[in-house]
Amino acid sequence: MNKYVKQIKEGIVDQNPTLVQFLGMCPTLATTTSVSNAVGMGLAATAVLICSNVFISLLRKFIPKEIRIASYIVIISGFVTAVELLMKAFLTPLYDALGLYIPLIVVNCIILARAEAFASKNPVLPSAVDGLSMGLGFTVALVLIASVREILGAGTWLGLRVTPSFYEPALIFILPAGAFLTLGMIVAAVNKGKSFAAAYAEAHPKPEGVEVLPDEIVTDAPAAEETPAADEPASEEPKEEPKTEESEVSANGSAD
Amino acid sequence: MDQLIDILLLMLSSVLVQNFIFAKFYGICPFLGVSDKPATAAGMGMAVTFVITLSSAATWAVYNFILEPFNLTYLKTIAFILIIAALVQLIEMFLKKFVPSLYQALGIYLPLITTNCAVLGSALLNIQNEYNFIYSVAVGFAAAIGFTMAILIFAGVRARLQFAQAPKSFQGMPLVLISAGLIAMAFSGFSGINF
Repeated sequence: MNKYVKQIKEGIVDQNPTLVQFLGMCPTLATTTSVSNAVGMGLAATAVLICSNVFISLLRKFIPKEIRIASYIVIISGFVTAVELLMKAFLTPLYDALGLYIPLIVVNCIILARAEAFASKNPVLPSAVDGLSMGLGFTVALVLIASVREILGAGTWLGLRVTPSFYEPALIFILPAGAFLTLGMIVAAVNKGKSFAAAYAEAHPKPEGVEVLPDEIVTDAPAAEETPAADEPASEEPKEEPKTEESEVSANGSAD
Repeated sequence: MDQLIDILLLMLSSVLVQNFIFAKFYGICPFLGVSDKPATAAGMGMAVTFVITLSSAATWAVYNFILEPFNLTYLKTIAFILIIAALVQLIEMFLKKFVPSLYQALGIYLPLITTNCAVLGSALLNIQNEYNFIYSVAVGFAAAIGFTMAILIFAGVRARLQFAQAPKSFQGMPLVLISAGLIAMAFSGFSGINF
């Protein structure tokens, strides 16, 4: 069970598909004009991701290597069509707002990347959890970007007015240019947070500090991490031990 | 004559006002991925132009001659992505055999195009806007030119950015995204033009 919790945390924080891996940029930029659109897009992609991961994982022994990408695309587009028809029937306003970006989930790189990198090599349950975690990571990132854009650009959040009346909404954040600017600033903030966490971990080699260390090694700046570990291995070792076991468990889990 | 002017205006609008990258966000992945050098950007742009023009024609024909008469229009996403994948494969084989120089120039970018949302997006847009055959091909071609132009402009910007001394947290993707935002701001000036 612990393994799955870790997998979900990985998808939302350490390996966030949008903010860390920069996958699926088209819907990220296009559908974050409002929080409701972002939630709709995120959940639609999550549904497709879970279904396609499960299906591809079930069929992983039958799909020939040579035509696997084409097979994955057919499976994914089948589920996307299903989601599209369901949304058209039951969530018509959202369907109208998202427009062409719903069929374009087919070519969202996150889904194909998870099919190729995870679902084609792992059993059904871990694949489903992987789809859920990556989908949630995508949704969280979209909601974060959309919150910034909607609050600054329209003064509302989920359609409710949140800014004081003297605040004049800056339309630029709703326009395409605002999408690039907001995402750039958020990625910069994430980078800053990561380097703060790394500096903190270096200054306070406490269990909490160590907790941050493995995340850093996975994601971005390993250079800053390697030095303290090499300098004082004796003091670090007892605290890191449980951590490495856990990561080994998850590594075994994903290698199954 | 009227129709010709109409098509030309529509093409101009797809290049500038409805630019795939800066207004519609189709094809952002290759845009961010291969725009670090002008030469690779040009290769990608050429490959995309080639595929979008052909796929606009092919998807239009399949939609209007097969899907529509048999009431299968709800299958258009699946049908189009298969057509595009097959077309990309076909173009790759054809070029390898008959135009090796172009094949070498487009190189690894061709197979990547299958999952480029610009291609599927333009095919779906043609259907949504109910363009006829000539319009579909012309608008597809123009949109691809707009994509190529955007990626080339941006490759030039990125070549300069490599020498910029940005704060550490802004290095890499954030700086790239923010400069793209500035170019998008310039492009949004075109949206005042009414065709």
